[in-house]
Amino acid sequence: MLKTRIIPCLDVADGRVVKGVNFVDLVDAGDPVEAARAYDAAGADEICFLDIHATHENRGTMFDLVTRTAEQCFVPLTVGGGVRSHQDVRALLLAGADKVSFNSAAVANPDVVAEAADRFGSQCIVVAVDAKTVTPGKWEIFTHGGRKATGIDAVEFARLAEAKGAGEILLTSMDRDGTKSGYNLPLTRAISDAVGIPVIASGGVGTLDHLVEGVTEGHASAVLAASIFHFGTFSIAEAKAHMAAAGIPMRLT
Amino acid sequence: MRVALVDYDSGNLHSAEKAFQLMGREAGAEVVVTSDPEVVARADRIVLPGDGAFPACRAALDAVDGMTEALRDAVLARGVPFMGICVGMQMLADLGHEYRPTEGLGWIGGEVVAIDAAETRAAGLKVPHMGWNDLVIDHPHPVLEGITTGDHAYFVHSWQFRVANPAERLAHAGYGSAVTAVVGRDNIVGTQFHPEKSQGVGLRMIGNFLGWRV
Repeated sequence: MLKTRIIPCLDVADGRVVKGVNFVDLVDAGDPVEAARAYDAAGADEICFLDIHATHENRGTMFDLVTRTAEQCFVPLTVGGGVRSHQDVRALLLAGADKVSFNSAAVANPDVVAEAADRFGSQCIVVAVDAKTVTPGKWEIFTHGGRKATGIDAVEFARLAEAKGAGEILLTSMDRDGTKSGYNLPLTRAISDAVGIPVIASGGVGTLDHLVEGVTEGHASAVLAASIFHFGTFSIAEAKAHMAAAGIPMRLT
Repeated sequence: MRVALVDYDSGNLHSAEKAFQLMGREAGAEVVVTSDPEVVARADRIVLPGDGAFPACRAALDAVDGMTEALRDAVLARGVPFMGICVGMQMLADLGHEYRPTEGLGWIGGEVVAIDAAETRAAGLKVPHMGWNDLVIDHPHPVLEGITTGDHAYFVHSWQFRVANPAERLAHAGYGSAVTAVVGRDNIVGTQFHPEKSQGVGLRMIGNFLGWRV
């Protein structure tokens, strides 16, 4: 049986982890490679790097990080942030990423997803959907870190991303991100039920029950979290044990 | 020992290279990523990765002048141990149906067909089959030494290899119905999942492959 994935996400800026990672035993907690290696050893099912102010000037730093991470981590690595074209996808895949995530570029031009999926296969193309509630039961896509409204319906956009060849959706609730009040479950369920591809729930995790709800009520295939793991509030093993106890199939290592 | 990872411009070889290097270090294996048929011809182990669509991978492999001939000679005529990964495993089949019927290498009988989206959806499952699934060993094999039913491997695929001869399906995973996970006969093995992304289980299989005496 396929297991539900737990994915720690590292926000990276200029080659450093933003917000820090509060693990013991790390020589340099701000080094994304060290943090990724620790998560690999802790039993994370995948690891995600998000380049939060991706600019052309610092792309080289990200490629270097991805290359060094791939040398030491033997779980899949997803990289997002500032990905604009199939050339960007290729460069990241060659550096050692296993999946690459489009965000603003896919909203501006959904065909960029199709071009990348045709070349490299849907299995490595993720579309990140950042959505905010506009009225109850209605969600809209926001870009540029949640600052720019687009008027695009989030459920419709997720369907479009699937039709263009995305292999997975990384869904972040902009309302919940950073609040520790739990995933936006109606949004997560609406998108998960609307598409046939896996959906990763993101934004708002504060407790282990939130991870459970993302799957049982949000119907997500995978759950992503950042600060609860980075700050050592919970370990990956604790999260997995808690989800397994709630009846969710997990890979326990 | 020389291990050739065949580079035909299809996907991420970096992860596979690092995993084979790690496991080959003790055995003193030299791991080379190559698109040179002559290097493949001299190798003691051959690995064919592959990501993306079947027809695109097949076309890309054929586009490397002399490569399929070198592979056939090494693997079929001289019995050099061979491992296919993901689409590199699917291409062992007679025929692939992704986008359009495309001939495979025909080294393991069978066809590559879609994971039935309607069937999986009815069961609440998504396509691609993406993530960690537990293996069910159908037939013991030296490359599966130390791997037991219930161990997890990382899958990501929408198409699956329906093997004609059940004896050549070495392991499967449950996803709606049984999805082929490992194939093999004689000096040939293939994995649908990514051993280079399957932590200890995958690394163990890579180590077994490097030590395999056919």
